[in-house]
Amino acid sequence: AGVGQQWVLVEMVQAFYEAPAYHLILEGILILWIIRLLFSKTYKLQERSDLTLKEKEELIEEWQPEPLVPSVPKDHPALNYNIVSGPPTHIITVNGKECINFASFNFLGLLNNEKVKSAAQASLKKYGVGTCGPRGFYGTFDVHLELEERLAKFMRTEEAIIYSYGFATIASAIPAYSKRGDIVFVDEAACFAIQKGLQASRSNIKLFKHNDMADLERLLKEQETEDQKNPRKARVTRRFIVVEGLYMNTGDICPLPELIKLKYKYKVRIFLEESLSFGVLGQHGRGITEHFGINIDDIDLISANMENSLASIGGFCCGRSFIIDHQRLSGQGYCFSASLPPLLAAAAIEALNIMEDNPDIFQTLRTKCEWIHKALQGISGLKVVGESFSPALHLQLEESCGSRENDVKLLKRVVDYCMNSGIALTQARYLEKEEKCLPPPSIRVVITVEQTEQELDKAASLLKEAAQSVLN
Amino acid sequence: INHIVHNGGLYKRPFNEAFEETPMLVAVLTYVGYGVLTLFGYLRDFMRQWKIEKCQNATEREEQKDFVPLYQDFENFYNRNLYMRIRDSWNRPICSVPGAKVDMMERVSHDYNWTFTYTGRVIKDIINMGSYNYLGFAQKTGACQEAAAKVLSQYGAGVCSTRQEMGNLDKHEELEKLVARFLGVESAMAYGMGFATNSMNIPALVGKGCLILSDELNHASLVLGARLSGATIRIFKHNNMQSLEKLLKDAIVHGQPRTRRPWKKILILVEGIYSMEGSIVRLPEVIALKKKYKSYLYLDEAHSIGALGPGGRGVVEYFGLNPEDVDVMMGTFTKSFGAAGGYIGGKKELIDYLRTYSHSAAYATSMSPPVVEQIITSVKCIMGEDGTTIGRARVQQLAENTRYFRRRLKEMGFIIYGNEDSPVVPLMLYMPAKIGAFGREMLKRNIGVVVVGFPATPIIESRARFCLSAAHTKEMLDTALKEINEVGDLLQLKYSRRRLVPLLDRPFDETTYEETED
Repeated sequence: AGVGQQWVLVEMVQAFYEAPAYHLILEGILILWIIRLLFSKTYKLQERSDLTLKEKEELIEEWQPEPLVPSVPKDHPALNYNIVSGPPTHIITVNGKECINFASFNFLGLLNNEKVKSAAQASLKKYGVGTCGPRGFYGTFDVHLELEERLAKFMRTEEAIIYSYGFATIASAIPAYSKRGDIVFVDEAACFAIQKGLQASRSNIKLFKHNDMADLERLLKEQETEDQKNPRKARVTRRFIVVEGLYMNTGDICPLPELIKLKYKYKVRIFLEESLSFGVLGQHGRGITEHFGINIDDIDLISANMENSLASIGGFCCGRSFIIDHQRLSGQGYCFSASLPPLLAAAAIEALNIMEDNPDIFQTLRTKCEWIHKALQGISGLKVVGESFSPALHLQLEESCGSRENDVKLLKRVVDYCMNSGIALTQARYLEKEEKCLPPPSIRVVITVEQTEQELDKAASLLKEAAQSVLN
Repeated sequence: INHIVHNGGLYKRPFNEAFEETPMLVAVLTYVGYGVLTLFGYLRDFMRQWKIEKCQNATEREEQKDFVPLYQDFENFYNRNLYMRIRDSWNRPICSVPGAKVDMMERVSHDYNWTFTYTGRVIKDIINMGSYNYLGFAQKTGACQEAAAKVLSQYGAGVCSTRQEMGNLDKHEELEKLVARFLGVESAMAYGMGFATNSMNIPALVGKGCLILSDELNHASLVLGARLSGATIRIFKHNNMQSLEKLLKDAIVHGQPRTRRPWKKILILVEGIYSMEGSIVRLPEVIALKKKYKSYLYLDEAHSIGALGPGGRGVVEYFGLNPEDVDVMMGTFTKSFGAAGGYIGGKKELIDYLRTYSHSAAYATSMSPPVVEQIITSVKCIMGEDGTTIGRARVQQLAENTRYFRRRLKEMGFIIYGNEDSPVVPLMLYMPAKIGAFGREMLKRNIGVVVVGFPATPIIESRARFCLSAAHTKEMLDTALKEINEVGDLLQLKYSRRRLVPLLDRPFDETTYEETED
């Protein structure tokens, strides 16, 4: 082996002597080039022009930010609030005038109920006002646990969870389940709280036309074909449909039976927002599931706020424990915020008691809604938007006068006319630049169980007069 | 460790903040502890999957078994195997006013915390070191409660409408004028929930094309508000002014990331007292930076309003600064005022803008009248306008309690984080087993404490957090200190080696901004 190696070496040296000159020179140049490359400095891919210190200081001097907030014109319609002196009950004193209240969502008239107030007083004497902590850190009171149990029993679900703010309920519930990469099919007329919840969840949002099941099915079919292209991704992408029982922005009801069929056909979960329909629809006030006679376990999550029918503050979600328990650790508005003041929870419990003891108020409310729905038909210039049994209706202009601003001004004149004559109404307020699908300007008419038939007639005739004088 | 000499006299009083380093052995043992727990977690998951151990989790419906699973198994690993074992330290139900002493409902678990049953017994007079009751206004008797009761009988409990529609009561206007006067600003606006105040107003103030500089340890509500606004978010190291200055310089000089256009505005988000660290923001330096670089300051005084400052007016008064220097002063009424809700104070243009464009004003129900009355009465009490000196006395009592408690704990040898004047006192536990043990041992000795672990804190820095109150008497504090001493010896929690790292020597942050992927 040693001899073999030596011989290869000799051959190499011989080849070296026998090679042509140009070959050796080329090889030499290549070797020198490699050595140069090895030792030269590496260069950055992004050439950052290094500014001198003086240039930086000049830039800092020159930069002028925008003002923190732009100035708001003094006559902006949303700037001058109505001042209500005294409780916002059936007879309300707005801006100094006494009126009949057609603007507060006090559907069951429980805002001024003596039993509710005395339950809240008892709780105030026992617990004080605030809870001084979130639910995890000594902020869980026995009233909260009782309210959750009572709500779960009333809605006939396994578990309920309460939040201390109505807006935060659905806005914290959606991002707890739906994350980046998941798909949510939501109605165009969904309220702002749902929109904020969807934005916080970072999921893919697919809007379908309001109450249009064919459009929804089209979107679901499209998603199915997408899934077939990538089955592995489809196996981990969660899908949800978010709808409201009674829509706040249009007063319509959602077609829940068809939605249930779509749910099982395309394997999508349903989240139902029942702020307006809880305590209104159904034989016992349990909401849209009772109205249509649907098994409540078919809906994955029902969320509602306690600020309408229950005349308290806060909101709740109810459903099966499998779903609701997750929010106790991942609902942002639940974990990172102080719990509901006990007096408000006690007021809500008492309101539930009254709802359970008097199941006929729901039918009374619905009859009144039908009455006024009929009475408001035929006003020249204004059309009624909403179901006949919905207690929150909208009155929109039949013909817009060109710009939204002018429409708003016109409706304000109608509202002022009514307020001067003793009926308190309000326009529906929206954040024009933030809404995804801005509803047209409208007057909100709210029917409560406390309004008598004369008052309903008075309101209808006053609106007719106002429309006549302002719009013609 | 004083920083008066540094910063050329910006501070009118000594600023003593310290974060003792984690001892090396303790850090190693903590990681080992988590490793052991993870192994056991995998073992138990394995046993549950093979039905050797009973699975106590709630499960999906039969009809929906072929739907895409709602939760990924791994997401819940921590929940199932670590949190579940010690979760009796949290969500403890109480049945009395959350004052200095509280009554707790006893609950037991026969299946290792999967389910709880209430025995029906009530444990009375537990010293409450967990509720945010800084000035002791959580009371069931007294002027505040009587006023709230009167308003409740007059106005009712709810409001049923939004501020912009029919929900603006005269009480709300009264409250806002009072809060503006209390803070020393032109105008203020109040909201029903402190969390929502942040998450609904930051998007109204900044949008796309703006820059938000947010502290590393900001609260979830500030982070959510910043995300919802759509602005670019960059994070600076906790309370580190060099880091903040570097970010400000870089932002103005280089502009927006790819287009190089100048930023529309820059908003700095800081908190008055950080509730997990007990540190106080370096407000004089932040204001100096803000003025130099023409940015805006959003100060979240959730824990510091009422708790700091000789008159209880918060961190601005504590440092002796001008409230007009802070562009947006935000705070909550839950902690020092014994009510619920939040507020924002500032110049009149700012508040007018928020009245028109804030999400909460247009879509969320306004505050409940008895809660508003509680705030009005308590603010008047703190200002001394109700004719008594109760407010002043409470603020002083809180300051004395804070100093005394912190000094005694440090003398005993525990590692305590944070500023000497902050009523939030975090005591380091580090090891996961000690989290559960500390909570349970203190409860056995009739003291209610709050323990926190991952994910609210970094994984090895679990802690117990004490919230002092003006309602705590010296005897209560002494009892608590005696018990803490005992438990500290029992669990070997006295880690301190008195080697405090001076904050100036902390390594300067070389990294540039961290952007979110939005």
